[in-house]
Amino acid sequence: MTRPTLRQQFYLVEVLSGLALTNRHFFSNMGKHIAHAFGRRDAKGSVTIQYPEERRPLSPRLRTLHRLVRREDGSPRCVACMMCETVCPARCIYIVADEHPNPEIEKVPQRFDIDLGKCVFCGYCVEACPEDAIRMDTGILEFAAYNRRSMIYTKEDLLAMEPAGPDGKPRTGIPIPADRIA
Amino acid sequence: MPKLTINGKDVEVPPGTNLIEAARLAGFAIPHYCYHPGLSIAGQCRLCMVDIEKTPRPTIACNTLAADGMVVNTETDRVKETRRSIMEFHLINHPLDCPVCDQAGECWLQIYYMRHGLYDPRMTDEKVHKPKAVPLGPHVMLDAERCILCSRCVRFCDEITRTGEIGIFNRGDHSEIGLFPGTDLANRYSGNVVDICPVGALTDRDFRFQVRVWYLDTAKSVCPNCARGCNIDVHVNHRRPHHNEGRRVARLKPRFNAQVNKWWLCDEGRYGFRFVDDPDRLSLPAGKNGGPPAATTWDDTIRSLAETLEGARPDEIGVIASPRMSNEDLFALRRLTERLGVTHVGFRVPPAKPADDDDLLLRADRNPNTQGAELVGVGADAKPILDAARAGRVRVLWVFHHDLFASAWHEVEVRQALERVPTVIWSGTNANRTSELAHWVLPSAAWVEREGTFTNFQGRVQRFRRAIEPLGDARPDWDVIGRVLAALGAEVKATRAEHWFQELASTVSAFAGMTYRTIGDSGQIVAAAQEAATR
Repeated sequence: MTRPTLRQQFYLVEVLSGLALTNRHFFSNMGKHIAHAFGRRDAKGSVTIQYPEERRPLSPRLRTLHRLVRREDGSPRCVACMMCETVCPARCIYIVADEHPNPEIEKVPQRFDIDLGKCVFCGYCVEACPEDAIRMDTGILEFAAYNRRSMIYTKEDLLAMEPAGPDGKPRTGIPIPADRIA
Repeated sequence: MPKLTINGKDVEVPPGTNLIEAARLAGFAIPHYCYHPGLSIAGQCRLCMVDIEKTPRPTIACNTLAADGMVVNTETDRVKETRRSIMEFHLINHPLDCPVCDQAGECWLQIYYMRHGLYDPRMTDEKVHKPKAVPLGPHVMLDAERCILCSRCVRFCDEITRTGEIGIFNRGDHSEIGLFPGTDLANRYSGNVVDICPVGALTDRDFRFQVRVWYLDTAKSVCPNCARGCNIDVHVNHRRPHHNEGRRVARLKPRFNAQVNKWWLCDEGRYGFRFVDDPDRLSLPAGKNGGPPAATTWDDTIRSLAETLEGARPDEIGVIASPRMSNEDLFALRRLTERLGVTHVGFRVPPAKPADDDDLLLRADRNPNTQGAELVGVGADAKPILDAARAGRVRVLWVFHHDLFASAWHEVEVRQALERVPTVIWSGTNANRTSELAHWVLPSAAWVEREGTFTNFQGRVQRFRRAIEPLGDARPDWDVIGRVLAALGAEVKATRAEHWFQELASTVSAFAGMTYRTIGDSGQIVAAAQEAATR
């Protein structure tokens, strides 16, 4: 390890140079913003996005909250093959299979829970699915809850979800039933 | 003994060996579907093609006997090309939805396709559709679309069970497996067709969709449901507790043993494991002092038991052992009875309904270790103990595993006996009418939860291994008995079932020289039976 130089050991010099940096950014930004306000459109200062009123656009490829794709009759397209459950590195998917009344489909999930408290949003479940039955395209990023239990999304919750609109904005609300909050 | 060359390796095989078995002996696996060593040769699937020198075309290995001087090649380009074409042919009408299929992960169609398949399918035509999810009987479900018509199940029902329920109907690519009209696949061995089915056409209705096979762990074991002691693999699921409805044991599969069960297992044994995860399993030792049974700790229980046993005269103690106990348990019990000087010891309790033998595997004696109980020496008939108890001559009665109310003994007599004895101790896995009347209920670990050995009716000592942890506070019987012995002041060094077996082998001449290692995976015959066989 190299020893700090005398200049570095003398604390005040470093503090002052740090303050100078902060001030330089502050005043140059202030100047740019003032110039912008007076009509200089090419002067662009640093900006802050006023979240949550203001939102950045999301890439359509972004992995957001999961949803289960429905068949035309509203039943899940999922055939409970457990590929996603097997591949999931966080082990946050819990599926229980049942016999489907239609032998052509064979299997249907009786239970399909995702524990978002464990999910790492790797998207492997979407990759693994042979039926394209699970997608991560709802555009929902805010699904905080007051307790761990509320982070578990059931089959019904996931089926009720819609894909994000063409503008990338979610078309469904955060599907936590009121009675599950806190 | 014909000597032949397979893939450049010289092997000598017994006369009458076909090329698949000869190659297996030489260390080469020839892919096949219809051939099964326990069934006749069908030559149906055409997958086992090999090149034999001086023959113009590839030949099926299953129906070609090894001959002297034969030069066989299993991996020439021509053989590989043939395999690929045959796989393509098998897959013409086979659905391509492996993830949904319950066989996925243990399907030979999948395995051989990965090794030998044509990865670029050339078929564009609509597949022929056939019935799906058709129950063939109480245990077997048929998916005719997935069937590759290897006819193993047909031959099994014709040759092994000789019941002939299944046949192949229609012609060409409309051929399908089905039941003969008016029949049901309900023979005693129907579950075996699921094992021998190389694809997902026949699935087990009990196991179907319960848990994916890749989540299962396996342990070598022995079936405890009759005196045959069929070798089995216990498949358990502890990786995904939410599957299989929370039950830990998922299924039992037969394990090959040429001397005992070959490849087969009866349905009674195959589905006889449900008690392990039943809600009536006992998980805590419980004692009642005039009130309802209260759960307690093993330490307190053992102390009280030792005091009770010490407080009674030897002729006032009765012990009804069970032929469902392992050799180790029985030997520990013998140590205990010898130490206390107990004379009222027996293990034979007649079943309410005498079962019957059949000509394949099932034995009339539905207990796994009757032979072992006789050899270890824990008395014989238990009826005198019951009579003594009824006469009020027994103060402590320890019953292992038996539900005395489910025996051929008269219910009134059993009730009289149990109510007359001041302290009834009951050891077993699941609650029953006898345990309800007991003053001490001691939970035993089920056979899949522990190690041990059973001696089958042939005198073959066979090991079973632990597949899962004991439920709750359940303990193997040898452990409980050993701790009681220690509380009585005896020196007990055994901390594992194996230690008890070592002691057994050095005490009882029939087991002399045996260790867990010499017993191995396929068992070892006890000395007496060996002598009888050589005489």
